[in-house]
Amino acid sequence: MTAATGPAPPVIRIVGVTKVYRTGATYVRALGGVDLAVESGEMIAVMGASGSGKSTLLNIIGCLDTPTSGRYELDGRRVDRLSRNELADVRNRKLGFVFQGFNLLARTSALENVELPLLYDRSGRRGDTAALAGRALERVGLGNRLSHQPSELSGGQQQRVAIARALVTHPTLLLADEPTGNLDSHASAEIMALFQSLNDQGITLLVVTHDPNVAQFTKRLIELRDGRLIRDEPTRDRRRAMDAHLAAMA
Amino acid sequence: MRASRLVRVAAQSLRRNTMRTLLTMLGIVIGVAAVILTVAVGYGAQARIREQVLSLGTNLIVITPGAVAQAGVSLGAQTFNRLTVNDADKLAREGTTFSGVSPVTMTRAQIVGGAGNWRAAINGVSIAYQTIRDWPVQEGTFFSTDDLRARRKVAVLGQTVADNLFPDMNPVGQQVRLRNEPFTIVGVLSPKGQTASGADQDDVVLVPYTTAQARLSGATFIGQILVSAASPADIPAAQDELRAILRESHRLAKDESDDFTVRNQSDLAQAAQGTTQVMSLLLAAIASISLVVGGIGIMNIMLVSVTERTREIGIRLAVGARGSDVLTQFLVESVVMSLFGGLIGLAGGFAGAALLGHLTGWSTATPPSAWLIAVAFSALVGVFFGWYPARKAAHLDPIEALRHD
Repeated sequence: MTAATGPAPPVIRIVGVTKVYRTGATYVRALGGVDLAVESGEMIAVMGASGSGKSTLLNIIGCLDTPTSGRYELDGRRVDRLSRNELADVRNRKLGFVFQGFNLLARTSALENVELPLLYDRSGRRGDTAALAGRALERVGLGNRLSHQPSELSGGQQQRVAIARALVTHPTLLLADEPTGNLDSHASAEIMALFQSLNDQGITLLVVTHDPNVAQFTKRLIELRDGRLIRDEPTRDRRRAMDAHLAAMA
Repeated sequence: MRASRLVRVAAQSLRRNTMRTLLTMLGIVIGVAAVILTVAVGYGAQARIREQVLSLGTNLIVITPGAVAQAGVSLGAQTFNRLTVNDADKLAREGTTFSGVSPVTMTRAQIVGGAGNWRAAINGVSIAYQTIRDWPVQEGTFFSTDDLRARRKVAVLGQTVADNLFPDMNPVGQQVRLRNEPFTIVGVLSPKGQTASGADQDDVVLVPYTTAQARLSGATFIGQILVSAASPADIPAAQDELRAILRESHRLAKDESDDFTVRNQSDLAQAAQGTTQVMSLLLAAIASISLVVGGIGIMNIMLVSVTERTREIGIRLAVGARGSDVLTQFLVESVVMSLFGGLIGLAGGFAGAALLGHLTGWSTATPPSAWLIAVAFSALVGVFFGWYPARKAAHLDPIEALRHD
């Protein structure tokens, strides 16, 4: 970055976002005015009990859903009033998703799974998608598992394929929804160590979790209850996942 | 997504369920094969009929005695067979659009000579008959104008007659007896085959019509007058002209209807093809119903597939696929299935038609347009019946789809 044209915009700026669902005749307020700003390079844990609105917030941040009211800027661009197609393009270019259930395509090789987002790139800039996918898999330590199918990989490895898929488009923001929910503590620590190392390389991460042990590995912690932010503070007793991993090994 | 990738992705997901894909395709395979088979049989029959009618002669116009029915009442009863040799002469003399005119007297008689005896049609014709019917001699010559003028007792044998009376020798120069009159054989006609109605055209003896009238039947009325127009474009004009000449010759008043019937080759072909055409259309229509049933099979399976793969659709939407991408993917899948099925059906239909032709001796033929229509139609079936499931997939909500299990 040379000759900066001003301070870089925050990755996320959310002002007064609400979300109201209608179920039959009754209206349910899932989010009741949330303000949030996330700068580049942060690693944030979003916590809250089920029904607290954290999934709704994640869906809105992930451009899978639009807020009922309020303002959401992603990477300096308003995205709260976009059409379905525009949202799809934003997801493709700016966001990477990691899910609790991995969500890989079955009977499809790791390489082809990671290639998937590149196939939907409309800019036409992507050249050799297979090479890009291969590099992303190397980055998560699976350079030797390119042709394996999900069923031939362990849970931790599957989640790393999913992370490679999220990284392959070089997104502005990586969103993880309970990324260790289906993993044992061993694999969990491995995945969190990977997240920390990616964060060290400058990737902005937002991890939704209800597990305080996972939250420990982040830099900032926010908590929702009844659709409102009730806590937003730097993580206390922050740990390196690699240490925890080594401790578990010992 | 680029086209090659679309097809690759579609092929990939179809391969994951090979058995189901094959069974779904089977509907289209059977549908297209059935259509091709019926078209092949129908088209083959029609091509054969057309060929046979065309083999009757060049730019042929046939005049037969008797009027066509008018308002359901035949007016020809009293005027039956008023065609005469004079009519033919007048046509040959006055016509400007004809390249040939020949009367045809018709009788049947026992032919004695050579290896024994044989009963066949004896037709009295003029020299022009040979060119009108486009019927060259294989051996010897046709009779000459001199023969005609002098009413000489000469005959030209059809192939069937020659084969039966002279199985081992050249009949040219030999004698046969027709109604106890000795005739010298001057030539043998080349084989002509069957008519559209199955009659053997080669079972005939041609003699000069003058001789036939003087020596054989004695009748002055004749069964047919054959006229050939100068060119295919002249046929309508020639028909008008010969009607005018014949009406004058028969002294018909303006309000009287024709006492003869004029038909050209396409009339004959149409009349002969009428029934086959209706039959083959009917068969093809029944066959295409199975194509529609095959299409419904595709729709059914695609709907199941969309439900089964809801999560996959969710994943694709989450990583940035647009609704149109998902729509295209599922459409391509159904089109690949129907198109592949169509191609296999096409091959199957061809093989079936060839086998049927081989076993039954029917002539079968498929016009190239039938291949194109079959392939295009099966692709269309894929689009038509794939549209609804694909649209359903494209309109899924990504959040709901990701939560689906």
